[in-house]
Amino acid sequence: MTSEKRTWRLGIDVGGTNTDAVVIDGDLQLVAATKSPTTEDVMSGIEAAMHEVIRQIGPDAAKNIGFAMLGTTHCTNAIVERKRLNKVAAVRVGAPATTAVSCMADWPDELKQAMRVQDFLVHGGHEFDGREISELSVEELREVARIIADEGYESVAITSVFSPVSDAHEQRAAAIMRDALGDDFPISISSEIGSLGFLERENASILNAALHDVAITTADSFEAALAAEGLTDVAVYLGQNDGTLMSVEYAKRYPIFTIACGPTNSIRGASFLTKVKDAVVVDIGGTTTDVGVLSHGFPRESMVAVEIGDVRTNFRMPDLVSVGLGGGSIVRQHEDGSVTVGPDSVGYRVTKDALCFGGDVLTATDIVVAKGLVEGVGDPALVEGVDPALADAAYTEITRIIEDAVDAMKTSAGDVTVILVGGGSILSPSHLEGAGEVLRPENFGVANAIGSAIAQVSGQITKVFSLAETPRDQAIAESKERACAEAIAAGANPETVEVIEVEDIPMAYLGDALCIRVKAVGDLML
Amino acid sequence: MRRKVGVKEIEDMALGATVLGAGGGGDPYVGKLMAIEAIRKYGDVELISVDEVPDDEIVVVSQMMGAPTIMVEKICSGLEPMATYDEMVKELGREPYAIYAVEAGGVNSTIPFILGATRQIPVVDCDLMGRAFPELQMTTLGINGVKGMPAVLADEKGNTVTVRAIDDRWLERIARQATSVMGGYTILASYMCTGKQLKEYAIRDTPTLCEKIGRTLREAREQHEDPIDAVLGVTNGYRLFKGKVVDVERNTDGMFVRGRAVVDGLEADKGSQLIINFQNENIIALKDGEAVCTSPDLIMSLDMESGTPVTTEGLKYGARIVVVGMPCDPQWRTENGLAVVGPRTFGYDLDYVPVEELAAQLVAADTTDDEA
Repeated sequence: MTSEKRTWRLGIDVGGTNTDAVVIDGDLQLVAATKSPTTEDVMSGIEAAMHEVIRQIGPDAAKNIGFAMLGTTHCTNAIVERKRLNKVAAVRVGAPATTAVSCMADWPDELKQAMRVQDFLVHGGHEFDGREISELSVEELREVARIIADEGYESVAITSVFSPVSDAHEQRAAAIMRDALGDDFPISISSEIGSLGFLERENASILNAALHDVAITTADSFEAALAAEGLTDVAVYLGQNDGTLMSVEYAKRYPIFTIACGPTNSIRGASFLTKVKDAVVVDIGGTTTDVGVLSHGFPRESMVAVEIGDVRTNFRMPDLVSVGLGGGSIVRQHEDGSVTVGPDSVGYRVTKDALCFGGDVLTATDIVVAKGLVEGVGDPALVEGVDPALADAAYTEITRIIEDAVDAMKTSAGDVTVILVGGGSILSPSHLEGAGEVLRPENFGVANAIGSAIAQVSGQITKVFSLAETPRDQAIAESKERACAEAIAAGANPETVEVIEVEDIPMAYLGDALCIRVKAVGDLML
Repeated sequence: MRRKVGVKEIEDMALGATVLGAGGGGDPYVGKLMAIEAIRKYGDVELISVDEVPDDEIVVVSQMMGAPTIMVEKICSGLEPMATYDEMVKELGREPYAIYAVEAGGVNSTIPFILGATRQIPVVDCDLMGRAFPELQMTTLGINGVKGMPAVLADEKGNTVTVRAIDDRWLERIARQATSVMGGYTILASYMCTGKQLKEYAIRDTPTLCEKIGRTLREAREQHEDPIDAVLGVTNGYRLFKGKVVDVERNTDGMFVRGRAVVDGLEADKGSQLIINFQNENIIALKDGEAVCTSPDLIMSLDMESGTPVTTEGLKYGARIVVVGMPCDPQWRTENGLAVVGPRTFGYDLDYVPVEELAAQLVAADTTDDEA
């Protein structure tokens, strides 16, 4: 790179209704922003939004862009649509254990067929305390590798019993696969993806393995779209669901971590815009409201099994509640006089179909316009006919939905700070029950794309230790070291990497076992 | 009445078993998948009533013991139940007429169906707890002096251990130690008894009750009816409290998870507070300091909207729940029964009062409040 550093960032976030794009300069100031409808193929919506922000800043300023960040729904869509998924060999290491439930036993039949997965079982795996169930069978693994090569499987998922306690057999199994199939053969290792809960972790690993090509095409087509705008030689990152970024190389190994990165981008964006590090973030879009928790500057993670396309998984996901409230939510009065808002919505057509925009559907947006609570949205004259009693009832309902969702995400009874973001956040009152301060930052409408643009790079490790073998202090020190190394591997500047979260979770029934989770974060290598 | 239990029945049974788990008993998810897989492979299982077991025939329990959380990671080979059964037959010198479940609540509700399907042995429609309890000796056979001996333990590696202990407490101790060495949980064949003993002491029709609870919950949801009323209808239960969880404390000593949940009242209960104390299962519920339900009666939290049972593990701040109380089997209300599973066994200095009486007092108190 020459004397003038290209420090501007292009951030894009694909939502259910809109695709948002922003450009941020070297001092992290917003210089351009746009919203455009999300398209069915996703990529053309990305191209349109990107084209618009580049047009806003002009070709000369565009030369300052050195980084491009994309938070996208490609992987989620591929699973939901059952398209473009790789042919996976699912290798289970655990015989004689685990045979009572076959691989993918609880998957929807139609997804199972679309997935083209072949399962293999080999001897190995560990007990809860780190002893071996049986010796790892190298012979069986070599035979599996031979079949994979002969029958053209494209990706391997390896899941070993109690690998969150000891990953030794998974790592050796992966080495045997690489030996036979080549260093570039995509291998998903379950302990790097999910936590305790064998079937859920196996499921997550299989999905991850199946998404390999989707990750590659996403990254490639994003790079091609950038090139079409004259943006060659920019560093490309994909958003992941802990609110941080990963390099393209990393994303190809862990595509599943891109799932649900949108809401986490909003949470990070909300933190950036308000400088607040602990709060409940309410992101109101066109159709849904996502409520998440900002904890020490990052989204709080869910501790329970999460379903992806009707498949139970346990990889890290943000802790969110989604409710059917957005700017386009349809308002109805029922025969008994009760008033409901949503969950169905006119979506991105709100600017055509809503009464205040000259349409004929009474939406949540019309309610706040009719009550005179917002300015500059639609034409207030068009909603003069809305019955004030109906408007009051609908507004009470909107407030109740938001307050309930906020309350469900709180971990204690005290008042919390609430940050409102998203285009639909005009719906929310400035006072909410159970909330102390309610913040509505400037540029709230594109907080998600800003979150994508300003994101840092993280590394995370979740591992179960036996305290009899490893004292707690040593276990934490080891985990910290590994988390920092992960962050650097994912593209963080080693000088800026710091540990931001250490959590130890005693495991019920597991005696002296302790699960340690450490997260490290660093700035992008500029 | 003989009938067949297939995949659909097991699905419903597993959901109902969470309700009878009284907050604990282990997540029936993996147990359900194992039973379903065996049924898909070998066929439906015959469920027979207690009265269909001839007096002089014998029956044995098929169950798991140890940590359900370990079974979620190290799933069975699926051969363990057959290994325990075969050892048991050797030990007894005769074939059991049927098998049955030790507890209707939690993961153990579905375990007998693995063996039942694989060997096509009938499962008796009964159990020895009518719910889930934390320890092996807390059974209706135990309080009536029938010993759980012999017991055979098996792990997925092929090891089996036959325990001939002097009483149930020794069985519990020895089996716990062996289970730990064998990998954290084992599958057992235990509680051999005669058809006559079963008729006298077993709690009848509990697998069918589980299935009924699960089916009722599912259908109420499908038809948008109140799922909680539906559950109370089939369990003769009572609404004790409606509220929002505001605090949960948990401690574990490796074998039990002890703690309490604090629930702030909503609607009719606004202004009141309910505290649920648990030890794996919910043990006691106190409304504004007064007991409204205690062990051995069942205390269960249900999601206010969906009626989905919320286990003690799933309780967290903000959960909106209805806490219900359900009467236990009359055998637990005897002196012998209360000595093993009454509130004092769990360290509470309280006399047991049946939930029916406590619930009637609740209603009376509410009426007085309204008048005042």
